[in-house]
Amino acid sequence: MVDKFLTQLTETIEITDRTLQLTDELRSLEEWDSLAQLSVIAMIDEEYGIVLDGKVFKSVNTVQELWDAVQSAKSS
Amino acid sequence: MAFVQFDKIGISGLAAAVPANRIDNSTYTEYFSSEEAAQIVEKTGIKFRRFAPEGICASDLCVAAAKTLLDNKKLDKSEVDALIFVSQTPDYRMPATSILLQHKLGFNKNTAAFDVSLGCSGFVYGLMIAYSLVNNGGFRKVLLLDGETRSRVYSPKDRKTAFLFGDGGVAALIERDQDCGTSFFSLGSDGSREDYIKMDAGGYRIPSSIETLKEKVVDEHGNIRSDEHGYMNGTDVFNFVLSEIPSNINGLLSYAGISAEAIDYFLFHQANDYMNSYLIKKMKLPVEKVPQSIRDFGNTSSVSIPLTIVSQLEKELQLPKTLLLSGFGVGMSWASAILPFRNCTIPPLVEL
Repeated sequence: MVDKFLTQLTETIEITDRTLQLTDELRSLEEWDSLAQLSVIAMIDEEYGIVLDGKVFKSVNTVQELWDAVQSAKSS
Repeated sequence: MAFVQFDKIGISGLAAAVPANRIDNSTYTEYFSSEEAAQIVEKTGIKFRRFAPEGICASDLCVAAAKTLLDNKKLDKSEVDALIFVSQTPDYRMPATSILLQHKLGFNKNTAAFDVSLGCSGFVYGLMIAYSLVNNGGFRKVLLLDGETRSRVYSPKDRKTAFLFGDGGVAALIERDQDCGTSFFSLGSDGSREDYIKMDAGGYRIPSSIETLKEKVVDEHGNIRSDEHGYMNGTDVFNFVLSEIPSNINGLLSYAGISAEAIDYFLFHQANDYMNSYLIKKMKLPVEKVPQSIRDFGNTSSVSIPLTIVSQLEKELQLPKTLLLSGFGVGMSWASAILPFRNCTIPPLVEL
C-alpha cells in the first residue's frame, strides 16, 4: 500500500531521479510548489476518493504525515 | 442547498464585450522571468488576457455589450422593467452602478435598478434573480449586465494571481418564452471560507489608509502585494471545488431529473485549465461537451461563463440546446443551473 503511495506521490510531484521516502520533508523539496500541491490533492482524490481538508493538507510536512492523513481520512 | 425552478422563461439574447488590448502571458515579464511565465502558461492554460485601458470600467464593457444586444434585438427599451448589474469592480462605492447604467443606456425612470456583489458565481446568481423577477409577473423583461475589470484587483508582483485575471462585460436579456421548458438552479454559500479569495482592506471593516496601500512581501516566495490587492489561496480553492462542485452539480441533475448525458454543454467557471480538466475527468464528462475560453481571456470572474458561451457556442446555440452552468469562487459562493436555450440571439463578440 504505502509503496504504491510513494510511487504515485513521486510521479505526481514530478521527481524523476529517485523515489520519495516516508521521512522526506515535502516543504524542503524544490518541486513542492503550489501547482505540485494541486496535483497531489487531485491524485489523492482520484486514487483514494478523499478530498483532504485544506488545514490538514497545510499542516503536514513529512511524507509519513501525509500518508497518515490519508489513512485517517479514509477510516473516518 | 437552495433549489429553485422556473417554467417558460429564457435568455432571449446574450452579448459580450472585451477590451481590444490583448496581453500575451508569455511576454508578461515585467516582474517575472520568461521561464516562470512559460511554466505558468503551461499549467494554467491561460495564454492571453484582455486588459481594459485606463478610464474604461467594467460598466463601460457592459454598455458596449448591451448596445449591441439592444440593436440586434431591435428592442423597445420601455419593455425592460429591471436592470441588474453584477460586479465586484463597480464604478463607485456609491451610488450603485446599475443606476448610472439606467441613464447611460437611456432606459426610462420606471426601470428598477440594483447591483449584486458576487464574483465567480455571480452570473448564475444574477440569472436566478432575473428569472425570479420575470416569474413574478410584474417584470416583462430584465436586462442582466455582468462586468469585471479583475485585472486591476490583484498585484502584478504576486505570482499566485498575476497571470490569471482578465476583463470583460456581458449583457443578457431574460423574458418569457413559451418554447423554453423548465430551468433549474441550485445555489450555495460558505462564509467560513471567506479568506480563500479576499481583499482585506479598503472596505469599512479595515478602511483604506496609507498603511493598507503599502506594498509588502507576503510570503517566503517573495510575492508582493498590499492589503488592498486581492489574494487567493489556490490549494484551498482547489480543495473547495473538488469537495463541493461535483456534488452540487450531481444534486442539481437529480433535482431536475435529468441525466448528465442529456446536457449538451457544461459551462464551468473558467478559473484555470488544470482545475477544469480535473473536474471533467472526475465527473467523467466528454471533453467536447465542455467548451473553454480560458486560453484566450483568462479568468474574468463572473463574466467567464457567458463569455465562453458567446465566444465558443455562438453557432451551436442556433439550434435548441440544454446547457448546465456552474460558477464557483470568492465567498465562497457557488451556483449551478440547467437552462434550455431556445431562441437566444448571440451577436459576435464586441471588442472595445
